[in-house]
This record gives sequence, C-alpha cells and structure tokens, in this order.
Amino acid sequence: MMNNELLSLGGIYLVTLALALPLGAYLARVFRGEKSLLDFMRPVENGIFRLAGIDVRREMSWQQHLLALLTINLVWFGLAMLVLSTQGSLPLNPDQNPSMAPDLAFNTAISFLVNCNLQHYSGESGLSYLAQLVVITFLQFVSAATGIAAAVVLFNALQTRTTDKLGNFYDYFVKSLTRLLLPGSVLVALVLVFSGTPMTMLGKQPLVTLQGDSVAVSRGPVAAMVAIKELGTNGGGFYGANSAHPLENPTFLTNAVENTALCVIPVALVFALGFYLRRPRLAYMIFGVMTVGFAALLAPAVYYELHGNPALTKLGVDQALGALEGKEIRFGAAASAYWSITNTVISCGSVNSMHDSFMPLSGLTQLLGMMTNAFYGGCGVGLLNFFAYLIIAVFIAGLLVGRTPELLGKKIEAREMKIAVLVTLLHPLLILAGTALTAHLYAADPAANAGWLANPGYHGFSEMLYEFTSAAANNGSGFEGLGDNTPWWNISTGVVLLLARFLPIIGPVAIAGLLARKKYVPESAGTLPADTATFGVMVLAVIVIIAALAFFPALALGPLAEHFSLY
Amino acid sequence: MSTKTSLFQPALVAPAVRQAFVKLDPRLMFRNPVMFTVEVGTAVMLVVTLGLLFRPDPAQGSFGYNLTVFVVLLLTLLFANFAEALAEARGKAQAESLRKTREETPARVLDADGRQVSVSSSALQKGQIFLVEAGEIIPTDGEIIEGLATIDESAITGESAPVIREAGGDKSSVTGGTRVLTDRIKVVVSTAPGESFLDKMIALVEGAARQKTPNEIALTILLAGFTLVFVLVCVTLAPFADYARTPIAISAFIALFVCLIPTTIGGLLSAIGIAGMDRALRANVITKSGKAVETAGDIDVLLLDKTGTITIGNRRATRFWPAPGVSERQFAELAALASLTDETPEGRSIVELARSLAVAPEPLHQRLAGAELIKFTAETRSSGVTLPDGTRLRKGASDAIRQLAARANEPFPQPTSEQVDAIAGNGGTPLVLSQNERVLGVVELQDVIKPGIQERFERLRRMGIKTVMVTGDNPLTARYIAEQAGVDDFIAEARPEDKMTYIRREQQQGRLVAMMGDGTNDAPALAQADVGVAMNSGTQAAKEAGNMVDLDNDPTKLIEVVEIGKQLLMTRGTLTTFSIANDVAKYFAIVPALFMVAIPALGALNVMGLKSPQSAILSAVIFNALIIPLLVPLALRGVTYQPLGASALLRRNLLIYGLGGVIVPFLGIKLIDLVVGLFL
Repeated sequence: MMNNELLSLGGIYLVTLALALPLGAYLARVFRGEKSLLDFMRPVENGIFRLAGIDVRREMSWQQHLLALLTINLVWFGLAMLVLSTQGSLPLNPDQNPSMAPDLAFNTAISFLVNCNLQHYSGESGLSYLAQLVVITFLQFVSAATGIAAAVVLFNALQTRTTDKLGNFYDYFVKSLTRLLLPGSVLVALVLVFSGTPMTMLGKQPLVTLQGDSVAVSRGPVAAMVAIKELGTNGGGFYGANSAHPLENPTFLTNAVENTALCVIPVALVFALGFYLRRPRLAYMIFGVMTVGFAALLAPAVYYELHGNPALTKLGVDQALGALEGKEIRFGAAASAYWSITNTVISCGSVNSMHDSFMPLSGLTQLLGMMTNAFYGGCGVGLLNFFAYLIIAVFIAGLLVGRTPELLGKKIEAREMKIAVLVTLLHPLLILAGTALTAHLYAADPAANAGWLANPGYHGFSEMLYEFTSAAANNGSGFEGLGDNTPWWNISTGVVLLLARFLPIIGPVAIAGLLARKKYVPESAGTLPADTATFGVMVLAVIVIIAALAFFPALALGPLAEHFSLY
Repeated sequence: MSTKTSLFQPALVAPAVRQAFVKLDPRLMFRNPVMFTVEVGTAVMLVVTLGLLFRPDPAQGSFGYNLTVFVVLLLTLLFANFAEALAEARGKAQAESLRKTREETPARVLDADGRQVSVSSSALQKGQIFLVEAGEIIPTDGEIIEGLATIDESAITGESAPVIREAGGDKSSVTGGTRVLTDRIKVVVSTAPGESFLDKMIALVEGAARQKTPNEIALTILLAGFTLVFVLVCVTLAPFADYARTPIAISAFIALFVCLIPTTIGGLLSAIGIAGMDRALRANVITKSGKAVETAGDIDVLLLDKTGTITIGNRRATRFWPAPGVSERQFAELAALASLTDETPEGRSIVELARSLAVAPEPLHQRLAGAELIKFTAETRSSGVTLPDGTRLRKGASDAIRQLAARANEPFPQPTSEQVDAIAGNGGTPLVLSQNERVLGVVELQDVIKPGIQERFERLRRMGIKTVMVTGDNPLTARYIAEQAGVDDFIAEARPEDKMTYIRREQQQGRLVAMMGDGTNDAPALAQADVGVAMNSGTQAAKEAGNMVDLDNDPTKLIEVVEIGKQLLMTRGTLTTFSIANDVAKYFAIVPALFMVAIPALGALNVMGLKSPQSAILSAVIFNALIIPLLVPLALRGVTYQPLGASALLRRNLLIYGLGGVIVPFLGIKLIDLVVGLFL
C-alpha cells in the first residue's frame, strides 16, 4: 500500500518531467519567434495587437518593460475592485451573493492580481459567477502571463550581446496566453469536466441526500477556473475548500492531473531558459538545484505523514494509512503530502488537504518551500527569484576563484549586488516584520486584539507565520485556524502581497537589463562556469543559508517547538 | 624593501595595538557597516552592565556575566581594528624607510644664464635643470638631457647592482633619492614638488590614497545586507519571545546579533585590501591604486616582449655552415677573426662557438694588429675588419652580403642560399660571412629561450590567460619562437601602433589586457591596457602611462602581479564564505540557549550539549572574537593561489572554507564551552 502510494508520486513527477522538457523546447521557439506548433494563433494575436494599437516590433528597454507591466496591472486592479465591490447588483449572480466589503475586496483584488490567491472569503457564498469569471479567472490568466513575460525578458537579457533592446513586453505577454495558458487550460479543463467537475452557469442545485436531508450544491463555471488555477500556479479555488472539495478535485486522476498541471510550467520554463540561451547545461544545473531542494523538503513531509501522529498512536488509533486528519481519503497521506509540498515550493498554493493538520515538520517544510520560494517557484517569478540567489552565489563563488564575479560573461558589480541583496532581503523582512507585528498584537492583549487566533502556543505561532509567509511568497495557501477575514489581516497581507509581488519582479528584471547593457567577456579557463555541479552546490548553499539563517529562530518557536514537544 | 618580515614584528605590533583603540572612534568605524553595528551593540551592552551595577535585575543575569559579554564584544572590535592597524603599520614601516631616502638635499640648479644656484630639493620646479655628479644624491625625478652615469637605485629597488642611465632613448629617466656613482649628468626636473615618484609611493603605502575598490564596495553591500537580515531577525525575535512567553535577556539578543552578522570578514576586509597592495609592494611593484591589483587578477590577455621575457635577450651563434670548398675550421677561424673586435653579444657568441671548435682566439688577436675595424651601420647592414694585408672580412645580413658579392661579380653559392632560408625558417638569424666579397658560408644565430618559461606559460594557460609575444622579428622567426616557448599568439614585426591595435581589438571583445613596457613609444599602449606595468628603468612617459611600476625591471613580473590580484579576491571570498558558514553552528549554540528554559523541548536543538544557556552564549561570542586574530595571518598573507581551473578551485575552496566553516565552530564552541563551563 505504502509502496503503491510512493510509486504513484514517482509516476506523477516523471510525467511532469516528460511534459516539461518538450514544453520547454516549445516555449523557447515561441519566444525566439521561430516556427512552432501553434502558429495558427497568429491572426488572433495580430488582431489583439491591432485592436490595442501595439507595434510588437518596437523593442523595449528593461525600464519600458517594467512600465508596461505595472501599468496593465494597475488597470486590472481597478477593474477587479469595481466588480468585487458591486457584484451583488451585477448580472450572472444566480446565488444572490452580496458585494464585498472594501477591505476584503482590496485583499481579494490584490491577491489575485499578484498571482497569490490568498482567499479570505469562500467562493460559494462570497462571489458571483461574473466575479468568478471576469475577476478571478481573468486575473488567474493574466497574472500568470505577466510572470512568464517577465521571465522571458530575463531570457532575452542574458544572451551574449550588448544591448538595451529586450523585445516587446506585449508580445511576450499575449503569446504566453495564446500559445501556452489558453490551450493548456482547455486540455486540463476537459479532463476535469469528464471527471465530474461542474461547468455551468446555473445556480445551486437542490438535492435530497440518502439520509433524506435537503441540500443545495453550489455549482458554476468550475472546470474552466480550476484549470487555470493550477496551470497558472494561482491556487485560488472556486470553492472555499479548494482542491479538497469533491467537485473541484473529484478523483485520484484529477488530483494527479491538477498536481502535474501546476508543476509543468515552472519546470518547463527552466528548460526553456536552456533552450532559449542554447545553454542546456545551465538549465540542468538550475533544474538540479531546484530538484534537490524540492526533494529535501518533500522527503520529511511524506515520511511524517505516512507514519501518522504519535499522539494518536498513543491513544490506540490505527495509523496504517498515515496521518489522515484533515486529508481526503480518496488521495491518501502520501499524495496529500506531495501536493502540499509542490504547492508551497511552487507558489501555487492550492490545497487538497488542510495544512493545519499536517505533522509539525511537514508544516516546517511547507513553510521552507515558501521561504526559499525558488525551487521551481511560480510561473516565471520562481525563475526570477532564483536569479537573485544566483547573482549572490556568482558573486561569492567568483571571489572564491580569484576573479571579479561574472555571470554568463557579464560582470556583476555593486549596482547588481545592491538590487539582488535588496530583493533577497525583502522576503524575510515582510515575513518576519508581519509576523512580529501580529505576535505583538496578540501578546499585548490577546482578547482585544487577536480574537482571530484559534490555537494559542506554538501552533498558533505557526499559523501567523504561515499566513505572512504565504502572502510574501505570493503563494496563497492558508494554514487555516486563523479567522483571517478581519481588517488587520486583509490590509496587512494585502500590503505584503503587493510588495512581495512587484519588487521581486522589478529587481531581477532590472539586474538582467543592467547586465544586458554590459560588455560581454568571453569565457576562459579562469572563468567560473555557471553550469557545473560544483556551482550548483554553491547556489544551493546560498539559498539554504539565506532562508535557514533568517528564519531559524521563528521556525524554532513554531513548528520545531511543536515537533520536539510531540516526539 | 624586498626583505621578508614576520607578520607580528614587535615594532609593528605595539603601534597597531594603540591604533586598535584609536580606531574605536565611531566616526572612523562608520566606514565599515558590519563593525559599526558591533560597536553599537557593545555600547548598549556597556549601558546594560552599568545599569545592573545600580539596579540588579535577575532577568538580565548577573553583573559579572554581563560584564564578561561586554568585554568579549569589546575585544571583538579591538581584534578587528588591530588587524587593520597591523596591515597599515606594515605599509607605514615601508613608507618610513622610503622617506629616509627623500631627505632634503641641495640641488645645483642652472639658471637662465647658465650659472649654478643651490636650491633645496623640495623647492625644485618642473622644467628646471640641475647637475649631479658622482657621489651625489639625485634630488628629484627627472630626465637626463646631457651625459651618461651609473646610478645606484638600491634605495628604491633593493637591487645593489648599479644601472646605466643616459640622455636620449628609453633609459633617460632618473628617480629622486637614488645615488650617482660615476660621471656627471644634466637633468631636467619632470615632476612638480610633492608629486615625485617617491612622494606618490609614500602616500600609497601609507594608505592615504587608498580608496575602496569596486569589488570591495560590492562585497560591503552584500555584508551590509547580511547585517540587515540579522538586525531584522533580532528585532523581530522580541515580539516572538513575548508571544511565546519566553523572556530574553538583552545580552542574549546582542550576543545573537553579533555572532550572526559576518564580523569575521567585516573585521578583516580592509586589512585584506591593504595587505594586497602590500604584497604587490613586496614583489617590488608599485601600484597606483588597489583597483589595478584587483584588475590584474582578471586579466585575460598578457602582452609580453620577446626580448628579455621569453628569450634571454641575445641571439647566440649555434652553428657554422661553410659554403662548398670551405672547411669548417677555416670558416670558424675567419668568423672569429671578423668578430673579435665586435663587442655585441652576437659577436662574442661567434668567438665562443669558434673556441668550442678548437680555434684559440689569442693567435688571432695578433693578426688583428693594425687592422681597420668596420662598424655596423644601418646603411651597409654589415660589419667586419680589413686586415693589414688588405683582406676584407665582412659579416652581415644575407641580402647585404649578396649585394656586396654581386657588385664584385662573385657568385652567391646555391647551398649557402638554401641554408639561409632554412635558418630563417627555423626562427634563427642567418649571418653571412664573406672574404674579399667571396661568400664563405653562413653563421646560424638562434634566440635562446629562457629556461622554465614554458612552465610559466603553461601555468598562465591554466589560469585562463592567453599569452601574446611581441617581437620585431619577421613572422617566420616569430612563429618558430612562439612555438618553442609555448605562447598562444604573437605579433611579428611589431611597431608600437600594432600593440595598440592588438590591445584595442582584444578589449573590444571584452577581454582585459595587461602589458609591460619601458619606452616612450610604449606609453600609449600602456595607457590603453587595463593593466600597464612600466619598468622603473623606463622613461617618465611610460611610468606616467602605466598603472603599476616594476622596480626590478623584470619582464616576467606580470605573472606575479596576476597571482597577487587573484589572491586578493580569493582571500575576500574564502573569508566571506567562512564567516557566513560559521553562522550555522552559532545558531545551534544560541537559539536553544534562548528558549531552553521556557520551552524545554527545544533543548533537542542543543546538539553540541553545551552546559548552560549562559555558557553557550559566552562560548559563541568568545569563538566569534577569537576567530578574528586567528585569521589575521591568513588575511595578511592571502590564500595560496593554485591554477587548477575555476571549477576545481571552487570545489577546493568550498570544501575548505565552506564545509570547514560549518564544522570548525561546532568544535571550537564546544571546546570553549568546556573551559567556560568550569567557571559558571
């Protein structure tokens, strides 16, 4: 039984890889502008460009790219706020759900805009179908495409030439949608629809259960939304219970498909980098580092979930199937652990089980997955985060071999270091400062300030830490156990979301843009090759040390204290 | 100056200790963000300790414990300051010895009317002309405009053999502070007061002109980033601890903070930089900035003059090739006869070769009595003697002799002609000998490649540096020597502008180029190169153009300079890695110590089994302080550079300083805890 579960995990991972490699090659061709499979979409793209008055042949500097990116994001934010706060009086609302309060609308709009999908509402009662479609599903498409387009700017900038012309942002953005996200979502949605996921505009379906109770089952355009939720590493579910809900993720097969869908683009983008730059070994190095980090986080989670909760074992509960509290029996302990780790290292954040109920060390590895935020990572942005770590690793490694540091033939100097340091510093700053403020509120007067904390002690600490980590990593999953729809949580996490999304895009793109303008230094025997296993070890060490060093005390007070109290 | 001195000379240590206290001044400390935050922490600790004296607070621990933490933190600061002060003191000591050579000397200046006026050396203006004679010290830098002299430059080079300087050409510059041994020269002052070579040198070694290099700035940013992270960790820990109802003493906060920030590299960073320039100085290379040393570590292409660098400098006769009908012995005799009065190295080598064929020079001398000597001229391109009996012996370039023979209707033998081509093809120089315009045969002259030079080039290749030989030889000869010596490329028949073109071309492809030169016509190329090393014997223009000056005039010095540059960066890298890797062990010492009392379960993190929270914190800060002086020798001497290739080098240094940096503090802290535990 246990072996079967582990084998199925291996199977899902191998399928992911088998899809990601050719997809990477395909994406490289798409973004290089070479002939590729879906060229029949070109008339559609040209139509969009003509309609919007965009000349895609006009190449942009890195500043122009970022300006375009931020501008369209601002427009989407306005649209989302408008619809969310007026949805009660707009059409396509068969269940008569009310409009959102301003702080919740702010949190929700930001959260989906930044590809995080922290949900402080429950989809069944909180959103109209119109909002699900034009706010949630729409933002899930465009926020993923934004991340991918930013990553392509990075690809373009890392080529061996000196320029400040880095392609056209809208070209990358629209192609991410037409050539990748839309067709991919259609495929995933088809599997879901055939497995029983609803796809309808009709409202709740009343039905009488076997016990004779009358219930009304929420429906809606679920399949379409779940497909892009996973494929675009968004993670925000149609239903409050996300992929643990039997209609959002009905079977073990849909579970495997959804899990593969959320991994495939982040992994494929790593390979795409290799194909795009014609440096396959560099891609393998990055993939290797990410995979080792992912495996190191996955192993303890799978182990502890399969071995059950010792506190329950003491009570004489049979735990042959592992720790099943908070998990769906149709998925089992191992697949739930795999799901939770893939969803935290990749900033997707959909859940098929309650992270709150995981064993403390599994919770720790989930947290670490988001704290590092670069083992595969979200659509495009994972690679950008990794790039910031890479710059720091290149700098130290360059010194270690006695050469002023250079990456792919471009010198890393004070300006690039400043940006890379700020970007990597931002993540612990947001997480630790947010958690510290909240912990202070609780410690000062628990009753008055923090009625939202259900569990005091170490576990409660983990819940608060998790919420901010999830927001800062743009992940969106919740540890749960927090009553998080309060002004404090809505606004504080909303601010964290904004900063944590855009600064880590701006920083790496700026570094890449600065590097692109520099003179290319051809490699020699004295140059540190960035595509070796040794350098991979160096990068991994930098990631581990930055994440572990900054978060160790916080982790000690949360999951570690809980773990050692339990075992 | 090139004498090796031990690191901890008592004469240097005493002032360095004094300086360590002076440098506690926060205004000086502010330049180094890492150590500045330590100073702030130490100050807070002082306030806390003094406060406990008046109002004991059990939550903060005993007065004695707090005092100990304060003292250890203060020592951390002093150790770091001491490292910097020691590095500076070593530079200052050298500046002192230089300053002694710059004593005020009266100079005999020629005024407009040609009269001699005595002017103090420090008042000499650029453009004035002065006279110096044997036994006198040259008052300031200048160019000889008249005369020739032997000069003792040991005051600045440490080299005792005198050198010859003369007006015109590339050996015309003299340096203030050196002594004229023979003859008398007229010199025009080439620098303004206070800007002479010696003045610049003194300013440099004293560190007055030291600025942070770009790489140092980037590293400081990284270290400041790490420091900020740990400010954040420590500040946020307070509300976390409040939440967990775990009171944390101020001393523990500060100890955690000081241990986590990269104090090891922060404390040694400036010492490493100073020591790098100091090492260059010890190699008798004066660098005009620290940046030049760093750049040297990045060099991709090295331009080397053939003569003096790759070859011994002179061609030597290696074989006689007589024409048909001339015996080898006869040829050797006549060749020696034609060369006996030729004092050029080539000429002497012909006599030597003849002697090895049992041709004694003494009897030949007698035959030369009363002979007419024909000097080499650029016009005839041949030299020789006309003996009293009228015999005309000539040796020279093959086409020169060929013309000579043609004019006298003498044939140029076919075998000799073939031999001439063969010699040129082998990289040699054919020297044809004629007697009364009859061609006797050809002498083969070959360049002699310096022993061991191939290995040095191999070493450079493994560092990733391309070597380029610059020579005036024809392409055929150049190719042959390039192959023999193992250089990667060559510039044949090189004119100064060819060097420029080559450097520019390499630079356009993004490579960094280093070259060495001495002549005025080298100056543009020296300025264009990323690292230009001028020889001290070279002209003032060359010295001004380059960014380093080699006092030994040793053309292979570039190789050393490159290694010094690499060593400098590596020392920074290894100590940064070590410093950051240390944090792992420090966390495992301090974090359980912070929480163990309130949360006994976290005792499981005390993997080192440290005795008590207080001993754990003390051990960590003591380790943190002691590691600085322990690493001072490494910082000042530098990490040994081995040309292994970048990946192997990274593997090696990661193992030693990364993995070692993780393991060593676990052992060190445990050991210190065993000792500290005895007192607590």
